[in-house]
Amino acid sequence: MATVIIPTPLRKFTNNTARLNIRAGSVQDIVNDLSFNFPELKRHLLDENGKIRSFVNVFVGDDDIRDLQNEHTSVKEDSVISIVPAIAGGNL
Amino acid sequence: MLNIEQTPLDEMVSDAVKTFPDECCGFLFGKDENNIRTIKKIQVVNNAKEGDKRRRFVISAKDYLKAEQFADENNLQLIGVYHSHPNHPAIPSEHDRVAAQPYFSYIILSVINNEFDHIRSWQLNEQQQFEEEKILIQQLN
Repeated sequence: MATVIIPTPLRKFTNNTARLNIRAGSVQDIVNDLSFNFPELKRHLLDENGKIRSFVNVFVGDDDIRDLQNEHTSVKEDSVISIVPAIAGGNL
Repeated sequence: MLNIEQTPLDEMVSDAVKTFPDECCGFLFGKDENNIRTIKKIQVVNNAKEGDKRRRFVISAKDYLKAEQFADENNLQLIGVYHSHPNHPAIPSEHDRVAAQPYFSYIILSVINNEFDHIRSWQLNEQQQFEEEKILIQQLN
């Protein structure tokens, strides 16, 4: 099983669980599994087209999936996947 | 209710003034017990926005991951994010709202002409709109 680390602001949608063990496959499989098991989490992960939201970064180990094969990036049994919210703002 | 201890408050104000006229940013750590949050520590973070930083801030994903790790290792909770509004009031913009995360407290420090003016804190409600959090400055003996 791969380990998925849920960021603090989204833990209220995973029963306050920080780490989840999910069957390996691809990043898309992991996201689908999370969306199925935690429906309230889905709208924070995926846009209306079912794509990972632009404000959400996904890392496999130390690598951003945008530098790999995006949703098709493979996830191994010993992979650690981090969901990282984009933090930004400004006064205008 | 958001309690802020004096030391992290002083550090945020110092960062906001020092960084003027650019926006500063950083993370808030502390405890969240029975809907009362206490900020015990802050972490100053580099504003990773490319180009003009007077109206925007960005925190890199690597810095975010480090902040979660820091909270974990120090038995603290990652409570939210602070940033400054140079020459603007501490009211979140539409850009702040769109990028905001649930649960987090968003502290904004207003700096006017290189001097700290005021501080306010905000949190997203279920309708994805900001609501103000009352701030209490906690003096330690």
